[in-house]
Amino acid sequence: MIGEILKGMGTTLKHLFIPPVTIQYPEVERPVRDRFKGRHELKRYDNGLERCIGCSLCAAACPADAIFVEAAENTDEERYSPGERYASTYEINMLRCIFCGYCEDACPTQAIVLEHDYALSYYDRASALYTKEMLLVDIPVNGVPTPQTTRPGTFTRSIPDMENPK
Amino acid sequence: MSDQNSVMVSLTIDDKDISVPKGTLVVEAAKLLDTEIPVFCYHPKLESIGACRLCMVEIGLPVIDRATGEKVLEADGSVKLNFGKGQVTSCTTVVSEGMVVRTQTDGVKKTRADMLEFLLTSHPLDCPVCDKGGECPLQDLTMTYGHDTSRMDFQDKIRLDKRVPLGELIVLDKERCIQCARCIRFQDEVADDPVIEFHMRGRRLEIVTFSDPGFDSIWGGNTTDICPVGALTTSDFRFGARPWELNPVASICSHCPVGCNITMDTRREAASGGRRVIKRISPRQNEAVNEIWICDKGRFVHHFADAPDRLTHPLVRRDGRLEPVSWDEALDFVAGKLQQHKAAVAGIAGGRLSNEDYFEFQRLFREGLGSGNIDLAERRLAGGDVVAQVGIASGSNLLDLKKGDAVLVVTANLHEESPVWWLRVKQAADRGANVVVINVCETRLDKHATHVIRYAPGQGLKTVSDLLALARVDTGTTGEGDLAAAATALMEAQNLVVFYGAEGLTYPETDTLARMLANLLLLKQGEGDDAKAHAGRVNNGLIPVWSYANEQGAWDLGIHPAYGPAYKALAEPGLSAADIYAGVDDGSLKALFVMGADPVGDGLMNGRGKLSFLVVQELFMSETAALADVVLPAQSWAEREGTFTSGERRVQRYYPAIPPMGEARPDWQILAQIGERAGLGKPLIAASLAFKELAKAVALYKDMTYQTLSRVEQQWPIISSTEFYYGGTAHINSQGLGQQWAAGAESGVPAPYDLPAEPKPTSVDGFRIVRIPALYMPGTLINHTELLAQRVARPTLYLNPTDAVNFADGEPLAVTVGDETFDVEAAVSDSVPAGLGLLRGVPGARLAGFEPATVTRRPVAELVAAA
Repeated sequence: MIGEILKGMGTTLKHLFIPPVTIQYPEVERPVRDRFKGRHELKRYDNGLERCIGCSLCAAACPADAIFVEAAENTDEERYSPGERYASTYEINMLRCIFCGYCEDACPTQAIVLEHDYALSYYDRASALYTKEMLLVDIPVNGVPTPQTTRPGTFTRSIPDMENPK
Repeated sequence: MSDQNSVMVSLTIDDKDISVPKGTLVVEAAKLLDTEIPVFCYHPKLESIGACRLCMVEIGLPVIDRATGEKVLEADGSVKLNFGKGQVTSCTTVVSEGMVVRTQTDGVKKTRADMLEFLLTSHPLDCPVCDKGGECPLQDLTMTYGHDTSRMDFQDKIRLDKRVPLGELIVLDKERCIQCARCIRFQDEVADDPVIEFHMRGRRLEIVTFSDPGFDSIWGGNTTDICPVGALTTSDFRFGARPWELNPVASICSHCPVGCNITMDTRREAASGGRRVIKRISPRQNEAVNEIWICDKGRFVHHFADAPDRLTHPLVRRDGRLEPVSWDEALDFVAGKLQQHKAAVAGIAGGRLSNEDYFEFQRLFREGLGSGNIDLAERRLAGGDVVAQVGIASGSNLLDLKKGDAVLVVTANLHEESPVWWLRVKQAADRGANVVVINVCETRLDKHATHVIRYAPGQGLKTVSDLLALARVDTGTTGEGDLAAAATALMEAQNLVVFYGAEGLTYPETDTLARMLANLLLLKQGEGDDAKAHAGRVNNGLIPVWSYANEQGAWDLGIHPAYGPAYKALAEPGLSAADIYAGVDDGSLKALFVMGADPVGDGLMNGRGKLSFLVVQELFMSETAALADVVLPAQSWAEREGTFTSGERRVQRYYPAIPPMGEARPDWQILAQIGERAGLGKPLIAASLAFKELAKAVALYKDMTYQTLSRVEQQWPIISSTEFYYGGTAHINSQGLGQQWAAGAESGVPAPYDLPAEPKPTSVDGFRIVRIPALYMPGTLINHTELLAQRVARPTLYLNPTDAVNFADGEPLAVTVGDETFDVEAAVSDSVPAGLGLLRGVPGARLAGFEPATVTRRPVAELVAAA
């Protein structure tokens, strides 16, 4: 019996010298996998125009009814996206969202992407409502903030081609 | 179809036998069997053109031996069939005896898939941003019948302009058009406004408009409904919402007495603070009322319901200012004041309120306050009592009028006053019905009329009286000329529908007119015992062209000084509107209740006169409301339940589409709550119960409840946006077709009315003006739809060149009629009778016959100041 006790104590003693697996969150953050589905981001093209065209297909695909989109029409004087249409209102209720990624799949312009931010907590329900401004990524280095004024005749398609427009 | 009902033709479609009336198209016969034949260009309300080639089927006909005339048989005894060399379009092929149709063969399936691939060669596939996406037949049919992939190179697509406004109301996307020509055919065949046309050919074919302003038609919105792709969309709904996000609510149009069935598509909107708002209005099928069409006024004039300047709280005047108060306080105050002035109280109602409102209104006054002084704010047209007797019989449908029938339109401009009636009369004319138009000036119906009678100013009643004499067999009056020919056409008609309006007539004259026309309908035709009057028979009778949507309901429910509900003549008539306004001025009336009307703004009442108490129940702070002691905020028709009665006496139900604005309450409820304080008992809690009470008290409505009003039955043609055979975004009607109450003549033909011996022509010396109606008359409701700003009728005086010797076309003029002066623009036209000026687009216009007027050129100084 003594032998078993010593064996157990030995194991304990051995582990005193092995580094712990516990990560001291939030002081230490562990990187997530590439395909991790965290908070959504609304992407931009290199020139700063928004990818989102306000088609509301993400809202249609959403099984939790977490997304609300309203669209409006672009003009050359006030242009948000390269197409005819942009999202004038874009809201995601993060309390409803189940992070399934269907919105990403439904998006015809790859505007909405579930990125790596998982630290979502709120003091009240209203602040769980992420607006378009909160979801939009920063303007790229050489980009121009939206709304942009563009040369007439540059953007004549209703849905832009997928590569970054000039 | 009803014409040929007697001759039936048997055919086989996909091994299923069916008998259909002769003349039916194969595509319609297949529809009856629930067999899918997909179509784009075919529309049941339009002539077939076989343009899209999607409805191709294989059709076999029995082989007939020419020598014997017998059918040739196969070896096994079955009839030998000849399937010809190829497939045929089922939308242009009429059924024939023994025909065998195959719709599901491999060949047919390949044709469909290939046709879809071909249509998609130049379609942009921008479904994610397209307003039609989600209710698009091209999407649906491609998913069902198309190839999985296309052999065409995407980069090879032809690129055309994306946003081409055809006028300010309709936007064209040239790329999306599949060249089915539905819109062009609709404008040409149905609306007779051929303002759009194809330009160029082949792949470069495009739709162009050649009117100024672009797409100058009051029916343009319908083309966006029947467009099977997203080529035509309204600017009002452009990118407004995706179709699947909309919540459809059944309603009734509140602009004119036709009572078009509509659907309001609503959605929550961030711009309105999360409120549910009306995003678009589309027609709802009711073949007996509006088929699947509505005019652009009904489609676009709804923004007033969501307007930010709506009244939201009860207001009471304190220290000269209207201050918001609680409902209880306002109601207590109103009830107290009304009771205090019981002996000298009167009520004025507008013509757009629901039947429940009218019933409660007259109950409050007659029972609660013991006063019979109630009337509509303004009456242009009389004859509700006559319509109750000889109105168009229940079960009638203007669609059934055809060759051998006649429609008489007297002093009414249907195109401007009640457009859908114009559309249906025009179609009756297309089917061969005789249309007789009697009017002082040109109307849009003249072109389709078989007889057009123009009368000299002031001779309107005389002309109708002459017509009546010519139509009567017993007087033996014979005559020649247009009037006699028209009388003959009316006399020989199988069915006779008479529309009458108030254009160029005074109110008392319209009363005589209604009686004259009633007598025309009461004339017996035929001989001896077979003699029958038109009145009381289906598809016969009188239709009044009221000025407002529910004036019929106001008559039925006793908003009249001389009649109680159901036209019960009152022993002691109350004061009429004119007497009430006079009483306000001279101080004989102390308190006035105005519901849904603006008599001050409309120039009917001179301010608040010597009233001690004025209460106004309204949507907006109207000129009358601004003078009131208490203003009560009412709900608009989009926010509440209720019923309207159309000019054809069809009671129809509408449903709440959007939440109430602020604390606004439905009119009937406010009235019942005041009634409670005046000792009328507890108010009812729902509109359905209020209607039940109404039906109990008013014999005309006795068979109706909200349940019976919401009954539907299968309508033909079968139209819906979810069907493979696409009728348009017109919504299928699942919320009620309404109910017509029976006119008196249906249960026993009444005696003819007494008429004044000889209507004496009004004196018409000198220059006269007559006010003519305009669909887009400027006013509170229409001004909230910015989109229509360009189309709102501008004040214009139409003059004959002989009267306009001193004025040029387009010159600014001042017209003085009585004590009023209007700034107008001159329009010189040969079609205007000499000595007469047609005044159009002047708000608050009272139609008061032919008025003497002076026309002067506006001084330059004034014009400069105005500019």
